[in-house]
Amino acid sequence: MISIEVSSLKKYYGEIKAVDGISFTVEKGEIFGLLGPNGAGKTTAIEIMEGLRKKEGGEVKVLGLDPWKNGYELHKKIGVIPQEFTLFEKISPREAIIYYANLFGVKVDPDDILKEVLLEDSAKVMFDNLSGGQKQKTGLALALVNSPELLFLDEPTTGLDPNARRAIWEVIRGLKAKGKTIILTTHYLDEAQQLSDRVAIMNLGQIAAMGTVDEIIAEHGSGERLEIHGSKKLADYIKANTELKVEYRKGMISVPLEQKIDALAALAAAEQSKLDWGEIHTRRDSLDDVFIKLVSGMVDEHGEIIVESKNNNANG
Amino acid sequence: MVSAKRIAADFKVFSRGYLRNKFGLFFGLIFPVILIVIFGAIFSGNSSGTITVYTQNQDTGPFPSPQLDLAAQFVQALNGTLPDGTRISDTWPIRVELVDPSENFTKYLADHSSSDGILIPANFSEKYLAGQMVDVTVYGNPTSSTSGIVSGTVSGVINSFNLKYYNPDAIPILGIASATVNTEQTQYVDFLIPGLIGFSILVSPMFSLVNISSEYKKTKLFKQLSLTPLTKMEWLASKVLWYIVLTVISFLLMVTAGVLLFGAHITLTVWLIPFLVLGPMLFASLGMLVGTVTKNPETAGVIGNIVTFPMMFLAGTFFPISIMPQYLQSIAHVLPLYYIVEGLNNVMVYANYTGAVIDLAVVGVITVVIFAAAVKLFKWRED
Repeated sequence: MISIEVSSLKKYYGEIKAVDGISFTVEKGEIFGLLGPNGAGKTTAIEIMEGLRKKEGGEVKVLGLDPWKNGYELHKKIGVIPQEFTLFEKISPREAIIYYANLFGVKVDPDDILKEVLLEDSAKVMFDNLSGGQKQKTGLALALVNSPELLFLDEPTTGLDPNARRAIWEVIRGLKAKGKTIILTTHYLDEAQQLSDRVAIMNLGQIAAMGTVDEIIAEHGSGERLEIHGSKKLADYIKANTELKVEYRKGMISVPLEQKIDALAALAAAEQSKLDWGEIHTRRDSLDDVFIKLVSGMVDEHGEIIVESKNNNANG
Repeated sequence: MVSAKRIAADFKVFSRGYLRNKFGLFFGLIFPVILIVIFGAIFSGNSSGTITVYTQNQDTGPFPSPQLDLAAQFVQALNGTLPDGTRISDTWPIRVELVDPSENFTKYLADHSSSDGILIPANFSEKYLAGQMVDVTVYGNPTSSTSGIVSGTVSGVINSFNLKYYNPDAIPILGIASATVNTEQTQYVDFLIPGLIGFSILVSPMFSLVNISSEYKKTKLFKQLSLTPLTKMEWLASKVLWYIVLTVISFLLMVTAGVLLFGAHITLTVWLIPFLVLGPMLFASLGMLVGTVTKNPETAGVIGNIVTFPMMFLAGTFFPISIMPQYLQSIAHVLPLYYIVEGLNNVMVYANYTGAVIDLAVVGVITVVIFAAAVKLFKWRED
């Protein structure tokens, strides 16, 4: 069963193409990760799906509803943590759950929900005294009050310390186990990899790659390669004495392996050179490598691109 | 569809949050009472108290018998007491403070920052008994409001001494009966209470809603609330309700303070209720409107002040607009708060219900328009 259907979705702000024709579907019970640096269009896309923003073009159906036109109806069936979730200062998580239950007109046991999001210990602490992780958990708790079948989590762990992030992951896994469909945006690669069934990497308003993490790596990764710690001189030697493609970057010689036997040729040339070389190993592109290729840069913990576009294949 | 349950849920959360915030509570409830106390104290001083008059009696005798110390009897009379010890009147306007005869009287008055003084000359008793002319000197500053009262009182006492000289048994034929007229009895504090109630009706809901609505927009709390079944109309309704409750509590505190501390004369009738309901509704909506149409909390604050400050001072809150120049009065007439303050005055002080109905009609129309505009323009979500 399909929970979300998006096709050719567009949203422009003047000249800026925040979302530029993206299409995907999300199956019921799936965790679908939207991965990308800040400004990639993740939040705009998710807010259109939530019915908080109006689309400019394309089609969006969430649980069979048009989110903008049928927002009021849709909101009873979905749970949302907006980016940078915040709440009234002087309210405790427990009171907030009761408040939401009253607004939705549902009966819930606040303690059950607090337990589900691992927040029993801070049930009565005022919101402005909660830690970042506890605040996010409060947001998760509120998103669960109306027992939604579909959850939107917009950067649920941004700015949290590693322990708090892992605690949130645990909660999210628990929700998946209960059969909830979850749309997750993040700029943490490990988070997407840990939690998502499928990932869409967004960049500049478009989807650059989509599928399971393995599929994306297989499609966009370079395959296996041999890496040798050594000098530029050694790299040049191997290149001159074999048919292989050789790349050199900062003390690391990298040789893409068309077939496993290529490794032997490279090592034989290295031995022949009489030059010094250190550790050797073979590796495949990780999601990080693919991500860097696709978005032309690495993102820091705030989702900003920290490495400007560079040629990763700079030949030695 | 408006749901009373959701309004109640939001009301509960908002009021509890408000009560937990000591600062808001201070400004909502305590501050208006403090204003009553301060302004009441400042302006009730010269209308209700007796005037202290420094008096130097240079007639130190010697006297053949105490009965012949007429200077002492004169001083006693100035204090409002007859030779037999009875009080002339309960509301005698002056109280004599004797100054030692050795002091330089003019210098003494200056040193004590007093413009009112009475000097009784050394040979006062002797000359009076001999039937010779003797002058009592009354010091006064014509620009001071107390001077007339002091000289009037002194000449009254002198007249009765002149009369007694010719006929010690004389009883006055002409007297003054006093009657009070309602409007003339109105003290500053009577007027101040409706004014400051208007002030708190304006300030609390207005500032609070400007702040909340712009902050919630910035922190995206509105967006979050839009994901619940709560509607923006319900949200605003619960804020309005809370400020009505707060206004009624604050009204009761201010009236109690005014009556207990300054003996304010105030009428409490059901006519007050529509003003106490519409007022907070009007200014909560106006605050909401300002927060909605501005881009960020900083701009909202500035615009909020621009809208609020003229009303705070020109709408008849701290002083009657009748003492202001005509052009300022014209400005006052376009300020919504003016009609609330005038209405409260009409109901609480003047019992002028015809006037109050007109004020109420004006306030009602403005309130409905502003409330509707606030609900209409206020956006949960963006396009």
